[in-house]
Amino acid sequence: MMHAIILPVVLPAMLAPLIGFVMRHDITLARTASVAGTVVSFAIAIGLAQLAAGGETHIYRLGDWPAPFGIVLVLDRLSALMVLLTSTLALIVLIHAIATGWDARGRHFHALFQFQLMGICGAFLTGDVFNLFVFFEVLLIASYGLMIHSGGRERMRAGLQYVVMNLAGSTLFLFALGTLYGATGTLNIADLAARIPEIPAEEAALVRVAAMLLMIVFAVKAALFPVQFWLPATYANAPAPVAALFAIMTKVGAYAILRVHTISFGPGIGSTEDLASTWLFPAAIVTIAVGAFGVIGARRLMSLIAFSVVGSMGTLLVAVAAFSPGATTAALYYMVHSTFAAACLFLIGDLVVTRRRGDTLSAVPATVENGLLAALFFAAAIGMAGMPPLSGFLGKLLVLDALRDPGLIGWAWTAILVGSLLTIVGFARAGSVLFWKSTEATLSADATEDAPAARATALELAPAMAGLAMLAGLAIFAGPVATYLEAASAQLYDRAGYMSAVLGPAEAEG
Amino acid sequence: MEILIASTVGVLTAGGVYLILRLRSFPVILGIALLSYAVNVFLFASGRLAIDQSPILAKYGEASYTDPLPQALVLTAIVISFGMTAVLVMIGLAAYLEAGHDRIDIVEGEDDAGDAQS
Repeated sequence: MMHAIILPVVLPAMLAPLIGFVMRHDITLARTASVAGTVVSFAIAIGLAQLAAGGETHIYRLGDWPAPFGIVLVLDRLSALMVLLTSTLALIVLIHAIATGWDARGRHFHALFQFQLMGICGAFLTGDVFNLFVFFEVLLIASYGLMIHSGGRERMRAGLQYVVMNLAGSTLFLFALGTLYGATGTLNIADLAARIPEIPAEEAALVRVAAMLLMIVFAVKAALFPVQFWLPATYANAPAPVAALFAIMTKVGAYAILRVHTISFGPGIGSTEDLASTWLFPAAIVTIAVGAFGVIGARRLMSLIAFSVVGSMGTLLVAVAAFSPGATTAALYYMVHSTFAAACLFLIGDLVVTRRRGDTLSAVPATVENGLLAALFFAAAIGMAGMPPLSGFLGKLLVLDALRDPGLIGWAWTAILVGSLLTIVGFARAGSVLFWKSTEATLSADATEDAPAARATALELAPAMAGLAMLAGLAIFAGPVATYLEAASAQLYDRAGYMSAVLGPAEAEG
Repeated sequence: MEILIASTVGVLTAGGVYLILRLRSFPVILGIALLSYAVNVFLFASGRLAIDQSPILAKYGEASYTDPLPQALVLTAIVISFGMTAVLVMIGLAAYLEAGHDRIDIVEGEDDAGDAQS
């Protein structure tokens, strides 16, 4: 048993209270500890990814209790990938938050940040649905704090909406878990996979209800139509580095759908296999449309980026909804890409907005370093919209290629291609208003006030550039990455392998 | 017994949903509290209803017992919902003090109209 598997959860869990209680009066100390912790988490995540690349499904039994009775953490290629993605993103976002001073504009940023990482990594690693609920709550309660970090009227109001929405979602999650436990008597993902096929199809109504409720809960997290409406207000009003970190939170929802609805309710289980794909596919198509129209109609830069996140989640979930190994490979590639693309856009948006008055998309005097920021915005927008040469193009190409099924191709291709076109138009318009249609600089009193928000330092630019470099790297090394992801999705669809790894070989056969 | 538990869950849920739809922060907080009570009772019942049974198997193989797992689940859920309600109250209070009103359904642009009334 590898104790390293639980480290991505335990390390931030130990570090966060330490930062919160001991280092709260010394921002330098808190920053040092937070960066050190995140770097160590990153190193651990690389180690875990190498471990998982071997192809074996590693199990960590908490308290060494055997599987259906105790809680297990499961490390396979998919969860290792997600943990690595989380810690890479966390490092980029953390450096941005420190360089721009966002972390000093309120209290306890670093403690909440570490708790957030704990929740996200835990949600990716756990092999138990109730434990998934607990980690969801951990990441949500940290995200409430981060969302309203540094306060302000708009932010508090958007924060309240976000909290109410997610508390209602959590209650629904508990209803789903209660139904599932009442119907099957277990909440372990592998054990569910073993028990649900034993229930005759005509008696499986409760299981179908539970599967559908879980789908709705995960859809709330993944910002899927019709429960996507919380996302634009939340992301647009959150502090920019937090919004960049939240780019991984929507992926937690997508991951949970992939994990639970593949292994427990997935293909091969008569009573529930058609549920997810039947409802997920049309909802994802509408989500793409909502995102695209939102990008066109947005009047603020941050809302524009937030709607592009909604659109990218739609594209991702269209690929997920096919529930086949090939489409899942494409979905995973697009998931990694869209996480970095969204984060990059938020970070660059932050750099732009702090140099302008407000983030409305209107012409104002040209700001310092207009050209450099315009170039960065251009690159990140290309990534998000899915134009060559960055990885968005390859990601969308893979998704389109995977959806060749005659029943799907019409809707999926139309939605993704038209959605991409609208996104490109929206970003092009926003970019030209922001950077090209600048009015003549007038030497009024305002001009002197702007002096402090001057040139971006190298440290401020580095995280956004690192994010863009990840997109470029993802495009250049698309071959090796796709090979790994193909293995990951093959492992995900190997339900018997997962069950025998978690429950032991004898249980899986029965 | 079943009727009592089922109607309790139903009434609490209905009340909770109604209060959440009021879209003012105090009713919404109460509504979420009611919903979490409903879900706690529901979770408790998901291990089947049993009266006067011990939550562990008796030593000499007496077969009937009440399922201990939902009790553990419900305890976790109670602790989490309690903490979440406290956070929600604080955020609701802060939003009320910042904005001067406690509506939570305001969209962008309606802000000034709300101020004029208050």
